Amino acid sequence: MISLTSEVRTVYHRWPAGPKLFGLCFFTIATFNLGQSLSALLVTLAVAAAYLVGGLRFARQGLRLMRPVFWVAAIILAYHLATRDLEAGVVVCLRLIAAVGLANLVTMTSALEDLLAVVEKCLGALGLPRHIRRRIALSVALVIRFIPVLTQKGAALTEAWRARSHKRFSWKLLLPFALLALDDAEQVAEALKARGGVE
Amino acid sequence: MERNLTQIALFAALIAALGLIPKFTLPLGVPITGQSLGIMLAGTVLGAKRGALAVILFLALVALGLPLLAGGRGGLGVFSGVTAGFLFGWVVAAYVTGLLAEMWASKGGWITPAIAAAIGGILVLYPIGIVGMYLKLDATLLGLTKSMYAFIPGDLIKCVLAGLITQGLRKARPGLVAG
Repeated sequence: MISLTSEVRTVYHRWPAGPKLFGLCFFTIATFNLGQSLSALLVTLAVAAAYLVGGLRFARQGLRLMRPVFWVAAIILAYHLATRDLEAGVVVCLRLIAAVGLANLVTMTSALEDLLAVVEKCLGALGLPRHIRRRIALSVALVIRFIPVLTQKGAALTEAWRARSHKRFSWKLLLPFALLALDDAEQVAEALKARGGVE
Repeated sequence: MERNLTQIALFAALIAALGLIPKFTLPLGVPITGQSLGIMLAGTVLGAKRGALAVILFLALVALGLPLLAGGRGGLGVFSGVTAGFLFGWVVAAYVTGLLAEMWASKGGWITPAIAAAIGGILVLYPIGIVGMYLKLDATLLGLTKSMYAFIPGDLIKCVLAGLITQGLRKARPGLVAG
């Protein structure tokens, strides 16, 4: 399973995931209070600079991840242009780009297992019993394992359909696709039971 | 217990896999994306509690950086974005859809799960999503609500599909579907 963690090593990769997440929460709340276009611009530029610290290749990867946000920003600007309140539009867009930008930066520089470790620690600190935490860990592992399996089975289903129809995809395939998931769940449940079951 | 856990996990995987299916067009020319249909199905097939847990599990993996949302989006950034309200709303939508689908399961047919999906996936989801957009954007609630009208026909068709698929699953695997 490919995660969004960047393979370009940056200084941020060495920072522990917990404080990064804490800092991100603080930053996201703070961006809500940016009311002036100058302060919003400065914060956004600081986020952009943080990407550049990781090198040009890393910054380009980050930019690619931000593409959907830029589209949304363009729509927001167009709306504000129509309502003749461009400055408010610019502030909203910059706030959005800064918040999503930093969140993506944390995602790109934290390994999946490190983030999972933080989640487990938090769940433990919240007083969640051990057996529940083990169940959560097992479910996460199952999802990561079964996304490629289901995707592959879905692709086989589509291929079989295409061999018989001129259409690329039909909604009629959705029922057997959902059935596959339900059947797989049943088989995995039986396999788990056979191996001693879930605590 | 095992079945509960694997059904939650497999439906989270199904929601992800449905996001990978390219947009497909129905005979009337309405484009459909699979992921929000997956949310409705989590409710109608697994019921309130397990359906909502499947959605939470899916969103947790998105937050951890897996690019599972339609279009390969993921990471913590999507929870800061304009559509974050809809993502949080998915959990409530799946729960309400499931609650109603379980309540009406004895009536059978495709209409009751379709109505459950419409209430959860449109009537409950949209206000949460719109409030999320309102908090991020400098726009009026009314204006944002109007901007959502375009998505309603597609979502209504998804509700019908969710109803038909749920009915099909109930026939094919009686006992495995909630209710």
